[in-house]
Amino acid sequence: MHRFANPTRFLRLANALLPWLGVAAVGLLGYGLWLGLLNSPADYQQGETVRIMYVHVPAAWVALAGYSTLALASAAFLVWKHPLADLAARAASPVGAGFTAIALVTGALWGQPMWGTWWVWDARLTSVLVLFFLYLGHMALTNAFDDPERGGKAGAVLALVGVVNLPIIKFSVDWWNTLHQPASVLRMGGSTIDPAMLTPLFVMAGGYFAVFAVALLLRIRALYAERRLRQLRLSLPDA
Amino acid sequence: MSRRPYRSRKNRRLALVIGGLAFLGIAVALVLTAFQDSVVFFFSPTDLAAKEIGPDRRVRVGGLVEEGSVTRGPGDGEIRFLVTDGNTTLPIRYVGVLPDLFREGQGVVAQGRLAGGTFEADEVLAKHDENYMPPEVADALKKQGHWEPGKPMPGSGS
Amino acid sequence: MSEFFAMGGYAVFVWPSYAVAFGVMAGLVAWAWISARRGEAEVERLRAAGLDTRRRSADAVRENPA
Repeated sequence: MHRFANPTRFLRLANALLPWLGVAAVGLLGYGLWLGLLNSPADYQQGETVRIMYVHVPAAWVALAGYSTLALASAAFLVWKHPLADLAARAASPVGAGFTAIALVTGALWGQPMWGTWWVWDARLTSVLVLFFLYLGHMALTNAFDDPERGGKAGAVLALVGVVNLPIIKFSVDWWNTLHQPASVLRMGGSTIDPAMLTPLFVMAGGYFAVFAVALLLRIRALYAERRLRQLRLSLPDA
Repeated sequence: MSRRPYRSRKNRRLALVIGGLAFLGIAVALVLTAFQDSVVFFFSPTDLAAKEIGPDRRVRVGGLVEEGSVTRGPGDGEIRFLVTDGNTTLPIRYVGVLPDLFREGQGVVAQGRLAGGTFEADEVLAKHDENYMPPEVADALKKQGHWEPGKPMPGSGS
Repeated sequence: MSEFFAMGGYAVFVWPSYAVAFGVMAGLVAWAWISARRGEAEVERLRAAGLDTRRRSADAVRENPA
């Protein structure tokens, strides 16, 4: 842990990983598009709209994984006070918010033709909307203080409070009656998606996670540069 | 609880984070349990029968559309069908456009009022299940009698 | 071919979904990339200038010990 907490070492590792992650993202998304649009069957009930699953479900997975990243980084910052954990948390929220937005919009575009509505206030949809606002709240709160240390702390506390929402999102479809259907992949007794549809889903999900990693690492670099700029400007004599 | 002081501030902060999360989790679990009825999106026909809901309250009821129960007319766009949860069956009357996924044997959520023994719906939404497969696979599974639509598909992950 | 674009009559839902998903992801990566490059270039520029000023202020302290 502390070995990677050294910013220079971390950035060297990030820069070594970035080209590989970029290649993986482009390759997996390209392959996923081909599989999902051209080389997978229509669903027996939902017809061609099942193809929306390949862009919707991975976005929801990344939205949850992104929040887990945010929460772990926040816990690390609160406990060990390491600035790099603060940067990782600040980098995670806008990227996670982006993927949550994808999940919400593609979900509406899937819900309208199949369910007959763009939106309902059921436990699953509402808890994902709450996730989106937690991300936005974290972004606003971390930048609301002049002192970045205080902003980081306040944001970290909010991020940790929001962790209760993660099991609610995941299990909302099992705990309560919802319009959203129960889990198809991560469930007891194995997946209920045909292998011909599971493959494009997983390939696309791989691409989504690579995009998330690329955006996250680049944002950490950007925030680290911002910190250094702040330090350099403070060290300069008053102009 | 031991009275031994924590070895370091880091351990104390770690304990604070974990303890805080545990308390928060318990609090939220209690709140959600208390407001169970507001969190559920719909009631099953059995819930509805047990609750004795008056005709002025707008509620949602959900279940499977019973096979062979859908009849159209006599009015324009009028449709009647039975919704079941396996125990209780509720007749529903609806005038309007149905979602594309509305089928016999599939899930449905209707919003409206209970008038007499019939549920007068003003909105009908389709609720699909967790199964995704090509039509050929669905036909083959049905033919083999391994699987009943509306139930999770057996061993498709393997 | 036109059958493919029609998506069984669901074109207006399928294509916008893909457009939103790929558009947002492209936007996120582009924003992250540009902000990183811009910030790092600024650090380089300031460091080149900043090192000079730091030396200058150190010289100034040596010349006028308060």
